[in-house]
Amino acid sequence: MATKSLHKRESDLANSNRQLEILSNGIFQNGELPTFKSKISETNQFPLKAKKLEILQINVGYMCNQVCEHCHVDAGPDRKEIMTRETMQQCLDVIKTTGAHTLDLTGGAPEMNPNFRWFVEEAAKAGIKDFIVRSNLTIIRANKKYYDLPEFFKKHNVHVVSSMPHWTRGKTDKQRGDGVFDKSIKALQELNAIGYGMPDSSLRLDLVYNPSGAFLPGDQASMEKDFKKALKEDFNIQFHNLFAITNLPISRFLDYLIASENYEDYMYSLVEAYNPAAVGNVMCTNTLSVSWDGYLFDCDFNQMLELPVNSKVKHISEYNEALLEGRHIVISQHCYGCTAGAGSSCQGVVA
Amino acid sequence: MQKTYYDPADLKKFGKISEWNQELGDKFFEYYGKVFEEGALTAREKSLIALAVSHTEQCPYCIDAYTKDGLQRGITKEEMMEALHVGAAIKSGATLVHGVQMMNKVNKLEM
Repeated sequence: MATKSLHKRESDLANSNRQLEILSNGIFQNGELPTFKSKISETNQFPLKAKKLEILQINVGYMCNQVCEHCHVDAGPDRKEIMTRETMQQCLDVIKTTGAHTLDLTGGAPEMNPNFRWFVEEAAKAGIKDFIVRSNLTIIRANKKYYDLPEFFKKHNVHVVSSMPHWTRGKTDKQRGDGVFDKSIKALQELNAIGYGMPDSSLRLDLVYNPSGAFLPGDQASMEKDFKKALKEDFNIQFHNLFAITNLPISRFLDYLIASENYEDYMYSLVEAYNPAAVGNVMCTNTLSVSWDGYLFDCDFNQMLELPVNSKVKHISEYNEALLEGRHIVISQHCYGCTAGAGSSCQGVVA
Repeated sequence: MQKTYYDPADLKKFGKISEWNQELGDKFFEYYGKVFEEGALTAREKSLIALAVSHTEQCPYCIDAYTKDGLQRGITKEEMMEALHVGAAIKSGATLVHGVQMMNKVNKLEM
């Protein structure tokens, strides 16, 4: 189990240019596999264009209490990139005027940003329809100062979306670290106790499943059924929906794929599972990702690859929804991750 | 010509068998796809049966394919190994139950 980020380890792969090189060389350069651009061109879907903005996703910092093996953010306790209150204020100005219906806070562990609660309180006042916080669950049990997070989420009607790679301890801890499973279970029970995730409750609790290895997620609906049955029987836990998300071949997951000699097979699996119907609904077409320092990206993955939006508007301080609509999405081979099978997004399948 | 009987890369070429007989190839893959659809048995249960049979058939391609398929469906290592033991039990049982034939024969021939 990794305990340090690639950045801390000064790994070659901490460099986003190196990742992009790997994704463009080898099997994609010699024509063994088609590039994403040529693949979507087959169905006249190139260039991929942004539609009307629906989801504003804000990454409030890369600091995290966990160091998950597959993390595309390369997050961890040693990452110091944290959104300042000033940038948060700029985001709030946008939230108050945006036509987007969903605000999605992510990280790292977003709760570790010292201004997190202030930001949530202010953002909740803006009255956006769906207000998501992506919580890793263990943060709730990590320190006394976080114990009241469930109540805090409830007070502001925050929609909690949490990662849970499996309903068994072994598979969960292998991916996310020793003890993560037990703490996650405890956190879920606490959320249930105040009404989160209960049938018909307006306090939304969804789980995110992503595979713990070099394989694609199975059918989202069947996985949801299995998760629900096991968590209910074993721990009396309930939740609303399961989002099955494909691991994209970037950052720590790319590092793992290469080290385990699974990279080429994994890229083959992604390309073989390519679904043109998913392309029309990939999340970059209705989402905008804001980095900890306020820059704009087509998605959280492009943010980590440091591929900025293809628009005159580059920063949240100069935000202009009309200018951003219709922009050409920046793509590379990692995009195959969002078009495999039923497709993948932060909200689960798309096709 | 390759120097080994099995090459993992050949699994990806499975579909090519239709090239030399389109009609039967198509019928086979249509049938195959239908078999694994959710029915009276779940697709998950079928995946575990396929994994066990892959081993009793000792088909390396099938073992690769259904191990990965199982992982994708969230099937655990413990479930996989139990399924294998079902296959192994039938294999050994099938060997040993013939022991009755042996015993019958011995009893018939011996004075």
